[in-house]
Amino acid sequence: MTIPCDLRRDGFGRLVFAAADGRVHENVQPVRAFPLSAADAGIALLSAEGKEVFWAPRLAELPEAARRLFEEEFVQREFMPVIERIVAVTSYATPSTWQVATDRGATTLVLKSEDDIRRLPTPGALLVADSNGIHYLIRDRARLDPHSQRILKRFL
Amino acid sequence: MNTTPTLLQSAPAAERETPLAALDIDLDAQLAFRAGRLVLTPTHVIDGERRWPLAGGLSLAHHDHKGIGTLELLDGERLLARWRYTLSHNPAALKFERAFNRQRDSLVRGLPPEPPAAATCPVCQAPLPSDEDECPNCARELHTPPSTWVLLRLWRFARPYQGMLLTGFLLTLAATAATLVPPYLTMPLMDDVLIPYQNGTPIDWIKVAWLLGGLLGAAVLAWGLGWARTYLLALVSERIGADLRTTAYEHLLKLSLEYFGGKRTGDLLARIGTETDRINVFLSLHLLDFATDVLMIAMTAVILFSINPWLALVTLLPLPVIVWLIHIVREKLRTGFEQIDRVWAEVTSVLADTIPGIRVVKAFAQEAREAERFRAANRHNLDVNDRLNRVWSLFGPTVGLLTEIGVLVVWGFGIWLIAQDSITVGVLTAFLAYISRFYTRLDSMSRIVSSTQKAAVGAKRIFDILDHVSSVPDPAQPAVLPPPSGAIRIDDVHFRYGNRVILKGVDLDIRPGEMIGLVGHSGSGKSTLVNLICRFYDPSGGAIRIDGRDLRSVAVADWRRHIGLVLQEPFLFFGTVAENIAYGKPDATREQIVAAARAAHAHDFILRQPFGYDSLVGERGQSLSGGERQRISIARALLIDPKILILDEATSAVDTETEFEIQSALNNLIRGRTTIAIAHRLSTLRRADRLVVMDRGRIVEIGNHDELMARQGHYWRLYMAQSKQLDAPPALGEEREAS
Repeated sequence: MTIPCDLRRDGFGRLVFAAADGRVHENVQPVRAFPLSAADAGIALLSAEGKEVFWAPRLAELPEAARRLFEEEFVQREFMPVIERIVAVTSYATPSTWQVATDRGATTLVLKSEDDIRRLPTPGALLVADSNGIHYLIRDRARLDPHSQRILKRFL
Repeated sequence: MNTTPTLLQSAPAAERETPLAALDIDLDAQLAFRAGRLVLTPTHVIDGERRWPLAGGLSLAHHDHKGIGTLELLDGERLLARWRYTLSHNPAALKFERAFNRQRDSLVRGLPPEPPAAATCPVCQAPLPSDEDECPNCARELHTPPSTWVLLRLWRFARPYQGMLLTGFLLTLAATAATLVPPYLTMPLMDDVLIPYQNGTPIDWIKVAWLLGGLLGAAVLAWGLGWARTYLLALVSERIGADLRTTAYEHLLKLSLEYFGGKRTGDLLARIGTETDRINVFLSLHLLDFATDVLMIAMTAVILFSINPWLALVTLLPLPVIVWLIHIVREKLRTGFEQIDRVWAEVTSVLADTIPGIRVVKAFAQEAREAERFRAANRHNLDVNDRLNRVWSLFGPTVGLLTEIGVLVVWGFGIWLIAQDSITVGVLTAFLAYISRFYTRLDSMSRIVSSTQKAAVGAKRIFDILDHVSSVPDPAQPAVLPPPSGAIRIDDVHFRYGNRVILKGVDLDIRPGEMIGLVGHSGSGKSTLVNLICRFYDPSGGAIRIDGRDLRSVAVADWRRHIGLVLQEPFLFFGTVAENIAYGKPDATREQIVAAARAAHAHDFILRQPFGYDSLVGERGQSLSGGERQRISIARALLIDPKILILDEATSAVDTETEFEIQSALNNLIRGRTTIAIAHRLSTLRRADRLVVMDRGRIVEIGNHDELMARQGHYWRLYMAQSKQLDAPPALGEEREAS
């Protein structure tokens, strides 16, 4: 079952949504309701004023074209590097600067406090927030290499 | 109460008079403590020498203020007498008043006094169970101090592990026995090998090998057994500690708000955290050591006596002195450790007070004062510790000194015995080997004193919580609560908090689906009434009935399941938005959560959060504004679909625009539910079917907005006062957007 969704991209690269009541909303913003616990359950379009103008219980229920636009937009907006390896940390007491290898390349992040490491509903998955508010994802800490695991353990 | 006072017998006319009721009073007119007694006979009220004949115009008035009750005898024109008493006599005073009224009425009408109606509780007036003479709701205060043998009560928590404990004990026994073997083997080593060698006999190497092998074997055995029992008992004690902690916490959660109102958070934190841990350490380390020590001492004594009774007697001579010393010190330490615990709770309390109130502290620039308060608490802590350590530090060295003297005596007496040829050198060596072990154990045994005291204090404080019965107890056989219609009947409800009277006889009938607006000055008892309906407290008099059923006859949790509560300060737990909305219904689906959030007008701003419904809120997630937090708490109340909805100043903490949003969210919420709304801002109650105006613990007006305005009474005055405020520009920017 698909939910009709009249979504297109205009010349400025912005998303334009024509609602069922005939109103056209420019510069809408696709969002996920449960980005961490169920990324594809509950997606919405917010108008430029931050009001919900469209809702679909599941991404898969959108027509092909709209879904592609949603996904394109999510890829650009959801910056969440996945930590693949922790190379080194400056100290085991926070604030601590971590040298990490992510799926988007090597970088350093500053962990302000142990509380910024958040356990996700998926077992073993962790979300690390750095001092700038960027979130790094660790998909499964049990599958990191032993060196990274040893470091990580000191912070959990 | 029925004994005839001597005063009565001395009065001439009183010989035939049998007292019907008596009231012991404990204050005089100047409010000094002095015992007195008020007696009611069939014809008179008697106070010592003063007597008043019962007559139609006579009446007793009863009221109380600040913990002091007053009973006044009036004859319709003037005050005849006034008695005062502390409130512990209040039930008796009420009883006296009832007996008085009954007797006077029967005299006036010439009828025999009617027998008292079905027994009711003297305190709360609730009917008593037929076979009991104490009200189960009121007879719950504990006045007995916890016994000093409180540690034995830990057995309740140890029982599930008794098999493991027995194994542990047997292992301890075996391990201790194994450690006693080596000194025994030094005897033949000395007498049969070394001394003969000095006298010219060659060393018997096979014997030496056997003896050394035995020594090694005993040591290895003791090591193995010791490991096994330490591990086993540590395992058990951890589990006992964990059970203790969870039981205490579960019990704490069941206690009424009254209990939490009277306790400091820091103190409760310390009790459940630190004290259980201390008990834990005591059980796993000190108790184990103590058991080992006792076994060791007993076994050593037996061995020593079997080798040589005389030398054994001399060796054990300092033992009674040390036992006596332990006893003395224990007395001193017990009070000290209790004091330390209280001081420690004080230190934690300062933290627990200050940290949540940090905005106030900073706003009033009182950091230095708070630091000083903390320093003072710490200084107090130091003082108490210093005093204690003075005794404590003397204790260890004294035991050490006694040990040294003991060894000296054994040497001296041993040498004398050898000179007499009554013992061999080997025996003396064995004794010296034993005695060193013996006294080191005695020394460590003396340390048990402090940890036992600490653990006992900890246990007492834990059992303080466990022994505290909830003041909103579940009935023994809770009535089954059918789905309520939403009708609530408040029947002559009185409420007293400590010695402050808050509600004085409130009567109100709430129809199913009705919206009631509670209005009144702060302190008029609105919130108390709502708390009573939620059964956070029980009324001190009267009853609240739901569909004709006394609230006290159903299980608390059953009732609260039907109540949705939205408070002025929405409390969000640490967790995601979705978890917070689903707090009252953890198995809610995502669709239900989203639907509830939509209805609460929270959906849009939740979607705007970086992680949507997965965003963290609560203690560390303070990025939400007051209005947003409030709407999350409305969604929470909506999700459980309650029959009765209580809004306690739900919109007071937000600005007018947000209030408008919340108001439309609330309109979704109140549809089809009995709603009781408290609001300071009268405009928010426009939709109420009836407005109930309260003043100083009483309902003074009931009606809808127009009726009450027409009456020009309390409500009208409140309304006018507020609309005047609205006309004039506000003098102060009101603080909005809670932290």
